[in-house]
Amino acid sequence: MADLIPIYYLGKKYMVPEGVTIMGAVEYSGHRLVRGCGCRGGFCGACATVFRVPGNHQIKVGLACQTRVENGMDIAILPYYPAQKVLYNLSAVKDPSQELQKLYPEMYRCLGCSACTKICPQDLPVMDIIAEAQRGNLPAVAELSFDCVMCGLCASRCLAQMVPYNIAMVARRLYAHFNLPRPGYVGARIREIEQGVYDQKIDDLLDKGQEELQKLYAERDIECI
Amino acid sequence: MTYPAHFDATLNLVKETRKFRKTQEIRRLNDAERTGLISGFHPDYRVEGMAGLRIGPNKGDRVPVELARVLEAYSLFDPHLLNLEDPDYVTDILIVGGGGAGCAAALTAAAGGADVLMATKLRLGDANTLMAEGGMCSAVRPEDNPYMHYIDTIGGGHYTNVPELVKALVMDGPEIASWLMSLGVMFDYEPDGSLKVNHCGGHSRKRMLSCKDLTGLELMRVLRDELRDREIPCLEFSPVVDLLLDREGACSGAVLYNMETAQYTTVQAKSVIMASGGIGRLHIRGFPTTNHYGATADGLIAGYRAGAELIHMDSIQYHPTGTVWPEQLLGQLITEVMRGHGAHLVNASGERFINELECRDTCASACIRECSERGNGVTTPTGFEGVWLDTPLIPDIKNHFVGIYQRFKKYDIDIQHEPILVYPTQHYQNGGLRITSQAETSLPGLFAAGEVAGGIQGKNRLAGNSLLDIFVYGRRAARRALEVNGKAAAPGCLSAGHLNRWHGKLNKLGVSEEQRSPLLLPDYTPK
Repeated sequence: MADLIPIYYLGKKYMVPEGVTIMGAVEYSGHRLVRGCGCRGGFCGACATVFRVPGNHQIKVGLACQTRVENGMDIAILPYYPAQKVLYNLSAVKDPSQELQKLYPEMYRCLGCSACTKICPQDLPVMDIIAEAQRGNLPAVAELSFDCVMCGLCASRCLAQMVPYNIAMVARRLYAHFNLPRPGYVGARIREIEQGVYDQKIDDLLDKGQEELQKLYAERDIECI
Repeated sequence: MTYPAHFDATLNLVKETRKFRKTQEIRRLNDAERTGLISGFHPDYRVEGMAGLRIGPNKGDRVPVELARVLEAYSLFDPHLLNLEDPDYVTDILIVGGGGAGCAAALTAAAGGADVLMATKLRLGDANTLMAEGGMCSAVRPEDNPYMHYIDTIGGGHYTNVPELVKALVMDGPEIASWLMSLGVMFDYEPDGSLKVNHCGGHSRKRMLSCKDLTGLELMRVLRDELRDREIPCLEFSPVVDLLLDREGACSGAVLYNMETAQYTTVQAKSVIMASGGIGRLHIRGFPTTNHYGATADGLIAGYRAGAELIHMDSIQYHPTGTVWPEQLLGQLITEVMRGHGAHLVNASGERFINELECRDTCASACIRECSERGNGVTTPTGFEGVWLDTPLIPDIKNHFVGIYQRFKKYDIDIQHEPILVYPTQHYQNGGLRITSQAETSLPGLFAAGEVAGGIQGKNRLAGNSLLDIFVYGRRAARRALEVNGKAAAPGCLSAGHLNRWHGKLNKLGVSEEQRSPLLLPDYTPK
C-alpha cells in the first residue's frame, strides 16, 4: 500500500494514496463523480481541473484522469464552463480564409498575455494558434490545434474573453473541407457500388456454407505491412 | 515514475533481441490452431462466470454473470408512479446516446426533416467513439474492394456474423468516408494526396483511415460541432432507464433519468433509436476496460425489458493491448495500429509468441497463455501480469502516435526507446440488440446502432470496423425511422405495462427487489 498524503478537494482535507491520479484520489475520498468525469483516458476534456500546491503562488491545471496528486494539492474539478459558439454552415462558406474573422472578430482583441498557452493541459501553443487564426492561416491553426480536447481551460483564462477552442474547431473543419485532398478513387468506388458492381459477388457469398467461406478466408492474399 | 528496477533484466532482453526479431517470420495460425488457442485461453470460453438467462426473449442463452445480474433486474423506478398522460417531451425521433452512432443518426434524421431529440448520459460526445485511437476501415483504395472487406470481416467473426449486416457495412463504407470528409474531418494523407491507410489485425488490405492516433476524438469533435450548428437539442446527463410502449406494444418513447436533479423525464416519440453504447464499466470477469465512465449496458437492459431480442451476448472483446504499467493507466487502450506499424508482442524473455496481425481474440488469447500456462509474463509490483509491446520498432512514433507518446511521457516512459507493458482489457461487446440491415430491432419502433447493436461483427470484431458500423447503422436507423414514421398513425397512449409484467416475473423467480438496473455509473469509492 502506498503512503497516504493529504489533499484538499473543494477545500476539504482527505488522505489519499501517493501517486494516484486526481480522479482516483477524489473517488478514493468517497466522491462518486457525475460531472467532471467522462472517458477517464485523457481524450474527452470533461475533467479539466484547477489546483494549487503549497508554497507556489501559481495556478496549475490538468486533466483529473491524467494528473497525479501532490502533497497538499488544493483541487477543484470544473463541472462546466460557459463558452460562446457561433453557428455556421460549412457547406455555405464562400471564402474560408475570411470565415474565422467573420465568426469570431473578438480574436483580434488578443492581448498576447499567453495565459491560454500556459494553462493548456495538452501543452498546445494556444496563443500562437490564435495568432495564426488572425492571419486566416487555416492549415497552421488546424495542425497546431489538432490535439485539443476542448476542455475549456483556455476560455476560462482568456483576458480577451474569447473561446480559443471553438475558433480552432471551425478552422480544422474549414481546412479539412476546403484544403485537404479528396482522392478521386473514393468517388469512383462509391459509383461502382451504386452501379451494383459488387452486389452479385457478395450476394454469392451470403449463401455460402462455412466450409467454403473458410477456404476463401484461408486462401486470401494479405498485403504486406 | 518510469519502470520498476526489477524490470531491468527483461527490458534488456527485449532490447537485445530486437534486431533478430525484425528478421523473424511468425506464420499465421491455421483454423484448427486458432480455434485451439481461443478455446483454451479466451475468457469467453471459460465455463465459470457465465449464467443462463431465466427471463426475457433470450431465456436460456448464456451471458456473463455481470450482465445477467443487470438484465434480470427491476427498473430503477416504480412504473405505477409515472405520469404518462402528459409526457415531458414529444418528438418524432428520440435518439438515446451521444456517441458516433447517435450523432450520425441525429444528423441524418434532422436532415430528413424529422423533429429530433437526443438524450445522453454524460456530455454530448463523451462516449467510446471519442476514445477510438486507430481509425475507421473502409474499402476505398483501388487495391481494395468491399468483397475483400466482407471476407475479412466474416472470417474474423468466425462466420457467426449476420451476412446481410456485413454486406451493408462494407458496401456503405466508402460513402461514409466521403460523408465524413465533407463534414470536415481531418483524415491523414500521404504526400501524394492519397489517403493514408494503416494495417491492422485480421484485415487483408491496408484500409484503416486515421486522424493520427486520435481518430475518434477528431470524428466526435466534428459531429458534435455539426449537431450544434444544426441546433439539434440534446438532454445531457439524462440516460435512458426504460422504454415506453404503445397499446399495440410498439416502442413509443422512453423514460430518462436526470442524474443531476434525480428526476425522471418521459419522452413520447414515434421511433426510438438506441445508440447507448457498450458494457465495459460492468467489468466483466473483473477485467479493466478501455471504455468511458458511462458504459453500463443501459440500452441493452431497457431494450431487453421491453422485449427486444439480443444476439451474441456471450461474446466480449478483450483488446490484446491494454496498459498494465503505470497502474494509473491500467486497462487503457494502446491502439492496434502500433502492431500494424511493426511493433512486436514480446514475452519476458524477449521472444515473440504470435503473429501480431492475427485477430484480436487470437492475440488476446496468446497474451493470456503467455502470462498463465507458459509463465512468460512480466509481473508488476502490485501483482498484475503483462507482456511487452515493443514500440521502439515503430519509425516516427512521436508523430504518428502523439496521444500515446504524451500519455506515457507524463510517467517518464519514453515509448520511442522503451516498450509498453500490456495485457488484454475489456474493449467491446461483440453482441447486442439484434438488428436487421435497416437497423430495426425485433421490437417495432425501436432501432439500434453502434455498440449496443449486435450481429454485425459476429463473435469477434476486427479493428476499425466499429468506427465504421456506428455511422453505417446510425444513418440506416435514421433513414428507416423516417420512412416508418411517415406512415405512422397519430401517437397513441404511452404504457409502462411491460415493466409491471417484468417485475411480476422477477418476483416469481425470487429475484430480490434490491436488484435494480441500469447501474448508470460505476462506483469506484472505497467499500
